[in-house]
Amino acid sequence: MKEKPELEKEKKTKPRVKMREQDPLKRIRNFEEVPYGYTPDEAADEASRCLQCKRPTCRNGCPVEVDIPSFIKLIKEGKFIEAAWKVKEKNALPAVCGRICPQEIQCESLCILGKKGEPVAIGNLERFVADYEAEKGGIQIPEKPRPTGRKVAIVGSGPGGLTCAADLIRSGHQVTLFEALHKPGGVLIYGIPEFRLPKVIVEREVEYIKKLGVELVLDAIIGKLYTVDELLNDKGYDACFICIGAGLPIFLGIPGENLNGIYSANEFLTRANLMKAYLFPEYDTPIKRGERVAVFGGGNVAMDAARVALRLGAEKVYLIYRRSEAEMPARKAEIHHAHEEGVEFLLLTNPTRFIDDGKGNVCKVECVRMELGEPDESGRRRPSPIKGSEFQIGIDVAITALGTMANPLLTKTMPDLKLNKRGYIIAEEATGMTSKPGVFAGGDIVTGSATVISAMGAGRRAAKAVNEYLKWRY
Amino acid sequence: MYKVLVSEQLVPNIHLLKIEAPTIARKALVGQFVVVMVDEVGERIPLSLADWDAEEGTITLVVMQVGTSTRKLAALKADGCILSLAGPLGLPSHIERFGTVACIGGCYGIGAIMPLARSLKHLGNTVISIIEARSKNLLYWQDKLQQVSDELIFTTGDGSSGYKGWAYDPLKEMLEAGKKIDLVFAYGCTFMMRLISEATKSFGVKTRVALNPIMVDGTGMCGVCRVSVGGETKFACVDGPEFDGHEVDWELLATRRTTYLEEEIRSLQRFECQQWYFETSKAMEARVERKA
Ligand SMILES: Cc1cc2nc3c(=O)[nH]c(=O)nc-3n(C[C@H](O)[C@H](O)[C@H](O)COP(=O)(O)OP(=O)(O)OC[C@H]3O[C@@H](n4cnc5c(N)ncnc54)[C@H](O)[C@@H]3O)c2cc1C
Ligand SMILES: Cc1cc2nc3c(=O)[nH]c(=O)nc-3n(C[C@H](O)[C@H](O)[C@H](O)COP(=O)(O)OP(=O)(O)OC[C@H]3O[C@@H](n4cnc5c(N)ncnc54)[C@H](O)[C@@H]3O)c2cc1C
Ligand code: SF4
Ligand code: SF4
Ligand code: FES
Repeated sequence: MKEKPELEKEKKTKPRVKMREQDPLKRIRNFEEVPYGYTPDEAADEASRCLQCKRPTCRNGCPVEVDIPSFIKLIKEGKFIEAAWKVKEKNALPAVCGRICPQEIQCESLCILGKKGEPVAIGNLERFVADYEAEKGGIQIPEKPRPTGRKVAIVGSGPGGLTCAADLIRSGHQVTLFEALHKPGGVLIYGIPEFRLPKVIVEREVEYIKKLGVELVLDAIIGKLYTVDELLNDKGYDACFICIGAGLPIFLGIPGENLNGIYSANEFLTRANLMKAYLFPEYDTPIKRGERVAVFGGGNVAMDAARVALRLGAEKVYLIYRRSEAEMPARKAEIHHAHEEGVEFLLLTNPTRFIDDGKGNVCKVECVRMELGEPDESGRRRPSPIKGSEFQIGIDVAITALGTMANPLLTKTMPDLKLNKRGYIIAEEATGMTSKPGVFAGGDIVTGSATVISAMGAGRRAAKAVNEYLKWRY
Repeated sequence: MYKVLVSEQLVPNIHLLKIEAPTIARKALVGQFVVVMVDEVGERIPLSLADWDAEEGTITLVVMQVGTSTRKLAALKADGCILSLAGPLGLPSHIERFGTVACIGGCYGIGAIMPLARSLKHLGNTVISIIEARSKNLLYWQDKLQQVSDELIFTTGDGSSGYKGWAYDPLKEMLEAGKKIDLVFAYGCTFMMRLISEATKSFGVKTRVALNPIMVDGTGMCGVCRVSVGGETKFACVDGPEFDGHEVDWELLATRRTTYLEEEIRSLQRFECQQWYFETSKAMEARVERKA
């Protein structure tokens, strides 16, 4: 009786097992992944920190309710493959989520250990089991279910679309996934860089859903090649799930923004990741390798753009953000990595105009200092410019990462689909049901830019609802 | 993979490709384009639909060789394959019965104005087609255009065929002579479209131009194709590619098109070296075989 609290205390004070990482000075010259991953011993060691709470609070922090204590227990017992399966009961893409979920505001934020010390490294453990399974396990293909004879079209192959496709095919429907680009994966392929999420992981997941029997149609821009009505009425689909992300870039709206050398983060990252411009000229797509680069924004997208610019050989990368570091929406790990790699943060600073070199190229940006006032609707303190504090920085590449809006390309062709005033699709949260019968929606096109795991959650809920809908209808 | 059915050189440097693409052919409308990526390492480039046949399930592209991607396309043989082909993209041209319409084409635009002239004619317009090239041997599709135009004018820079000068000259002459032209369409290189727009402006003749900024996705996702029209920033791939030529900021378009000049030259040099190496090693092999 007396010993137990002692033991608990020891566990609480034990620090988290750090994941080994590539040296910052070395990694800023390559595109290889930054953290190396746990070894089995390290994973077991970290897993042993978990208290196996009876009422695990961590689970409430996970949008898809991964059974965290159970999978960690399996790791502790050395049953790594079983642990991976346990995670997969709720989360189809653990190798992705383990790497890029904002754990510090989700699962790990509610881990009981976080109250006194560091929370269990749930994300790292999730990544470990997923990688272990991929390497050792020989991924299992479940048995083909009895065909229902129903066809479902999914538009967009980002995390939401992939999850929904995997779930629906397991229910026995015929599933077709339409993707506008020449590669599937959505932001996971075109946006998030290789050093944060190796593309082989995404390719592996796509291979998996193809093996399950999902038909993948690339280069298929829905709204142009087919409309949703054509899919439903002429092509014989019984239902449709729209998960097209929020892909329209926002620009700053300041003078000089169309000068050469000024990119949207979408363009910069698409060139670098999807088109592999960092390997130019082996790959045909070019990208400007700036010497002095300014990135505007404070989210994951801004961090990714800044770190890609460094890896393309920039001498100086400025990250310009109008609030302070505490308000940055990026994952803590990415901010930390950006600091380590030498990105210079110019906080409480906002650009006012771009200046050209007389030949149409950007050569300077003028900025103004900001101060924080009263909190706004979002609860963050509103920044306002300080008069007369303008200053200029010499740059040759600028990247705006201010977030994205809904792309109207598809929704424009669906007049009977209700949108909110910002152009996002209105869909019921629990089911993804839209105003149009048989049409479901989820992910960033409903919520605005959010997270991979929330898009996956929406895909999963929509799959359930589509199942119900098909049962009800036939 | 999309199969190339016909590949032929129309004139030096300009190539025709007929590609199997039934779904695109069924949806294509006048004024639209596709985004093409030749191979795994290729770039995504936009190309106008020069023709299509829904029954046959094919589309036709007219490609002018200017850099690596267009060279690669021109090097494809019949039965060859294109990795990725997406479309139809962009807003279709607005066409109706306008009256008398001038369709002006230069370089690859000679191909692109053909379906436009055809539709306009079909709707009962009087179509005057004017095409331009440096020299006689660079003009193509005269026969096709003849069939869909009430009047066809060729201009050559060196005067070797038709009118000596550029498309701009006979158009201006007509306007000065008081000929009533209700609308002008100009498709082709940036410089030509700009000249035409400037010529028609003083006569108050509406002019539609198909802008050709650099593009990547062609769906409004990246913003590289931004152009300024009437003082507003537009994305040419989704808001265009056709715009009012009198409202376009031509200086900006021309400058933005030069963003990657250095890189393009490097890429092309590398490609040519590879081609040379490839050809030489083939020739060497043949020699070795002959000797043996
Ligand atoms: C650079 C960057 C970094 C990020 N980092 C993180 C992170 O660290 N952690 C995190 O949780 N989240 C991160 N996010 C956010 C996260 O990636 C998104 O919230 C998530 O990908 C949304 O998924 P989705 O399925 O809704 O759409 P997307 O992933 O956007 O996929 C939509 C797909 O639909 C396709 N599509 C669009 N229109 C059509 C059409 N008309 N027809 C056919 N296909 C179409 C698109 O090409 C795309 O492939 C990041 C986002 C970016 C851009
Ligand atoms: C809507 C539209 C329709 C077009 N239709 C045709 C057509 O029918 N036939 C045709 O031959 N050409 C067409 N073009 C132009 C064609 O896309 C470019 O010539 C081609 O991309 C050049 O690629 P490259 O690698 O061969 O040359 P590069 O050496 O890369 O470039 C040569 C020049 O082409 C332009 N260019 C380069 N990359 C791109 C790109 N990704 N997108 C657009 N322009 C670029 C630049 O101004 C550059 O200076 C069209 C362009 C647009 C925007
Ligand atoms: S899916 Fe994301 S939030 Fe859920 S447990 Fe895994 S890392 Fe945490
Ligand atoms: S809250 Fe923390 S300690 Fe408790 S079960 Fe979850 S991960 Fe383990
Ligand atoms: S080409 Fe990317 S937005 Fe137009």
